[in-house]
Amino acid sequence: MTAIALPLPVPSGRVRPIEESAWVRRPLIGLALVFLTLFLFIPLISVFYEALRKGWDVYIAAITEPDAVSAIQLTLTAAAIAVPLNLVFGVAAAWAVAKFEFRGKNLLVTLIDLPFSVSPVVSGLIYVLIFGLQGWLGPWLAEQDIKIIFAVPGIVLATIFVTVPFIARELIPLMQSQGAEEEEAAVVLGANGWQIFFRVTLPNIKWGLLYGVILCNARAMGEFGAVSVVSGHIRGSTNTLPLHVEILYNEYNFAAAFAVASLLALLALVTLALKTIIESKTGEKPETTGIQE
Amino acid sequence: MGTFRQHSVLPGFNLALGFTLLYLSLMVLIPISAAFVRTAELTLPEFWNVVMTPRVLASYRLTFGASFAAALVNAIFGLLVAWVLVRYHFPGKKLIDALVDLPFALPTAVAGIALTALYAGNGWIGQYLEPLGLKVAFTPAGVFVALTFIGLPFVVRTVQPVLEDLEPELEEAAATLGANRLQTFLRVIFPAIFPAVITGFALAFARAIGEYGSVIFIAGNMPMISEITPLLIITKLEQYDYAGATALAVVMLVISFVLLLIINLLQWWSRSRSSSSV
Repeated sequence: MTAIALPLPVPSGRVRPIEESAWVRRPLIGLALVFLTLFLFIPLISVFYEALRKGWDVYIAAITEPDAVSAIQLTLTAAAIAVPLNLVFGVAAAWAVAKFEFRGKNLLVTLIDLPFSVSPVVSGLIYVLIFGLQGWLGPWLAEQDIKIIFAVPGIVLATIFVTVPFIARELIPLMQSQGAEEEEAAVVLGANGWQIFFRVTLPNIKWGLLYGVILCNARAMGEFGAVSVVSGHIRGSTNTLPLHVEILYNEYNFAAAFAVASLLALLALVTLALKTIIESKTGEKPETTGIQE
Repeated sequence: MGTFRQHSVLPGFNLALGFTLLYLSLMVLIPISAAFVRTAELTLPEFWNVVMTPRVLASYRLTFGASFAAALVNAIFGLLVAWVLVRYHFPGKKLIDALVDLPFALPTAVAGIALTALYAGNGWIGQYLEPLGLKVAFTPAGVFVALTFIGLPFVVRTVQPVLEDLEPELEEAAATLGANRLQTFLRVIFPAIFPAVITGFALAFARAIGEYGSVIFIAGNMPMISEITPLLIITKLEQYDYAGATALAVVMLVISFVLLLIINLLQWWSRSRSSSSV
């Protein structure tokens, strides 16, 4: 007779050897929830509470007054320029890095990530140093009567800077993991470059691309520090939504400040919802480090 | 240039790399180099006099101290949250998992005013702390609270995947050899996830050093007491002290580059550790 190793029956109610008992588990869950409640949930709820505290009419008035509307328009404009440019950059960078082997590749990937590690304030300052009145191109721009700093172009440039890495850093690891075999097969079958990209590569990367675009957009619309340096805070003309929140808050107009802030909080919630949906579609969590500042 | 790149049948390398380098140079590298070139106009003693005044030194102490404390709290609680999310089941887990990224998605100005309202003397949280003698809003403690908020997801998101990939066999072996759960955690699990914890800590710390939006509302911004270094840059800029602002910016840039290097090394360490443990 040979002895057969049977799995030991686990008596119900007993703890499996690689699990903790309920006496350990429940306090740990409780402590984690207390921490998250204090630092995440209460701040989030308070935005909507403060926004609606003075009533629905005050809320609607705050987000429909002309300065708020022009701030919404400028925020949408900046994002509408920054996101597509960084999309083209992200696809080009990922194509070069993921499909080819060349020297200095690791350095290039590090440089792409650089804007994430620069303080937002410094990100704005460097554009002032180039385009400001005291800057390299300042005197020449003044002669041509072109305004970049304290004007919309400066805001767009600062927004582009802080969002440069988003789409590239989603696509690079994704396209690296997919390799180049499918594209090479397409070449053998006679496809040209654009056919390969649109018919083979794009269908493979569409979720990662969308993911990057959503994160890039959230940061583009929410950026505060960098935009604050180059904006000049001219109401109704160079104020983005986050800057409008600051102005209202500093005027002690708290209800209006929180009303405008609640729009940005909604944007954040929509971003997280879309992100979660994409993650469930692709079954994995792409990198998410550092959306805001 | 024959060895610059390996041969490939795929088209578009020159176009893709050329555009990448052009865009990166115009948007990122040339602007950053502007800060260094402009600072080179200062002599070394002049530079030293800008970046080492008592007020600036006080801002470094606050920025680094509060960032370190916030990253430390996030390392401990981030590990706890990651553990709870990976190992246990409880109602609302999916929602909570998704909301952990909120500080990444919420604009910093919104976080700043919300935390200030909560921790002010009449706020939801502040009204309970003030009778205990704890003033948070408009003090250095407020800076710590804001930096804890913005750094919250980093450790959770670096530790979570490592914890998910951990082989249960290791823990079973430890249990078979007579280890209790605490011993297994300290001797088997913790060494495997430690590089990820440190990486998350470094990411949270690096992010906190440069943070501006969420801090300025809650800090009170008193010189020598609750004024962070990024705010000093803005203050100098508003006084048209471009040389001073740029010198401070260079200090911050150098610090960020060093941290970036350290983080890259840590991630490399973390990856080699988690792949060798499998």
